[in-house]
Amino acid sequence: MYGGGNTFEPIKATGLEMEDPAKLAEFEARIERGEKIEPQDWMPNLYRKQLIRMIEQHAHSEIIGALPEGTWITRAPGFRRKLAQMAKVQDEVGHAQLLYSAAETLGKSREDMITDLINGKSKYSNIFNYPAFTWADSTVISWLVDAGAIVNQIANAKGSYGPYCRALDRICAEESFHLKYGHDAVVHLATGTPIQRKMLQEALNRWWTPLMHFFGPPDKMSVHTEILVKWKVKMATNDECRQQFLDMYVPKIWELGLSLPDPKLHKNAETGEWEYTEPDWEEFKRVINGDGPCNAERLAVRRTAEERGAWVRKALLSPKATYVTPLA
Amino acid sequence: MKELAIKELLYKMADDLLILGHRNSEWTGIGPILEEDIAFSSMAQDKVGQSWALYKMLQVLGEQEPDTVAFTRNAPQFHSCKFVELPIGEYDFSLVRHFLFDTADLLRFDLLSRSSYTPLAQLATKIKGELKYHTMHANTWIKQLGSVEDEEAFQRMQYALDVALPFALGIFEEGPYEQSLADEKIFAGEVHLKSLWLEKIQETLSKTRLVLGDVSLISPELGGRYGQHTEFLQPLLDEMTEVFKVDPTAEW
Repeated sequence: MYGGGNTFEPIKATGLEMEDPAKLAEFEARIERGEKIEPQDWMPNLYRKQLIRMIEQHAHSEIIGALPEGTWITRAPGFRRKLAQMAKVQDEVGHAQLLYSAAETLGKSREDMITDLINGKSKYSNIFNYPAFTWADSTVISWLVDAGAIVNQIANAKGSYGPYCRALDRICAEESFHLKYGHDAVVHLATGTPIQRKMLQEALNRWWTPLMHFFGPPDKMSVHTEILVKWKVKMATNDECRQQFLDMYVPKIWELGLSLPDPKLHKNAETGEWEYTEPDWEEFKRVINGDGPCNAERLAVRRTAEERGAWVRKALLSPKATYVTPLA
Repeated sequence: MKELAIKELLYKMADDLLILGHRNSEWTGIGPILEEDIAFSSMAQDKVGQSWALYKMLQVLGEQEPDTVAFTRNAPQFHSCKFVELPIGEYDFSLVRHFLFDTADLLRFDLLSRSSYTPLAQLATKIKGELKYHTMHANTWIKQLGSVEDEEAFQRMQYALDVALPFALGIFEEGPYEQSLADEKIFAGEVHLKSLWLEKIQETLSKTRLVLGDVSLISPELGGRYGQHTEFLQPLLDEMTEVFKVDPTAEW
């Protein structure tokens, strides 16, 4: 589950003057024609760097995202939910596996990526720095965070890098089941007992700001990334994704008799655009820079898992084996 | 008598699978490599699904519905062996438990696939097909980590095996209806299963540097089948039923 909102930072130097102009022109022409770039193909360094960064963040978001939901595997109420919650979180870990492989095709090993995650050098979706206090939080994540992720991922699946697009196609197919599962669980709470409804409304109130943050700062505040748009690395703007999400899901939320904690939220009949109160973007920056409610806890769990598993990985190392970069 | 014996058999198998499935699921997100998170989660799903099928069979025999049976009982009402309720510990222990338990369970369901109690025989045939992959997974890892030159890994594995063995022997604690089940050709019995199991695990371990303790000198950790559990089961159940118990009559 990945919203893509925190991928792009200002590109200080493109380094494009160092690239072979003929090769660069051919590369751009291929993308223009809608061709996919494959691991062995020529690509500018900036493209490689930005893609590694994006796919790596996406992969990290999957394994970190497994943590808030994972705590509800052992608490899921009843056999149906217990099995579905297990399968759902397992899928997320599987997505990480696919994505780390896709990023590896660009020359960075899984170990290096995980090390950068643990050291705080590499980011993941901000939304997973918020706690899942109740079962209802976990259902809201399954429905709406997965829904948001699908909006972003379907856009990115049309991007230019072959291995990432193929991973995203598989991921989106699974996420659409998560969304159905999440929706079903939310509907059960929304149409359930007063305690269940209250639990759900409170969870929705808690998750609204992180959900609005999920797609990243508004376009007018965002870093200009024209070259990444041209290279089909970034496929939709933050605001486009957010609008699409609001358009698809706010009516469904209201249909269930639930409210959203933004009195300004409505669709402008003339423009067809959703209008809303800007969420606190200072909070977004604070959380992304490490000062959110769960940043330290999430990284500590990941770090502990790495430390506890180190002996297994060490024992499996073979002096005869050499590292081979995967091709897809 | 026959029905009581069948119920007792089904309960202990279902409880074993539910509790171990629950424990295995705890690895999701924190395994030593991503592939193991995924593998343990798959096996957890199989086990919980298998326990569900067994509870459904009990419901046909007049017991309460599976969610009620699984999510409202307390530790003394569980018939699972103590082995399955122990915390996941480090990966070495979880792997050794997976190997010892699943080897026994595959043999158990293989015997049951020839049971005279047809519904169970049919279900056992299906479960056996799933367990085959669990033991394949366990054997692959045991052979690999049990044969490595890496001394830390070897020591860990040997230690885990020594700690696990008395608990593993508790799997085969005899129930009150062994004779009746054998006479009716429903299940050949724990003693028979244990001897098959010893042979099978020795076969795998002989391909490693790991050494199995002398089981004739070890006193098995018994009591689980009669509701006597370690201090670990009740907290597991409290966690498992936390949401369900908010309102057991609600639809979740």
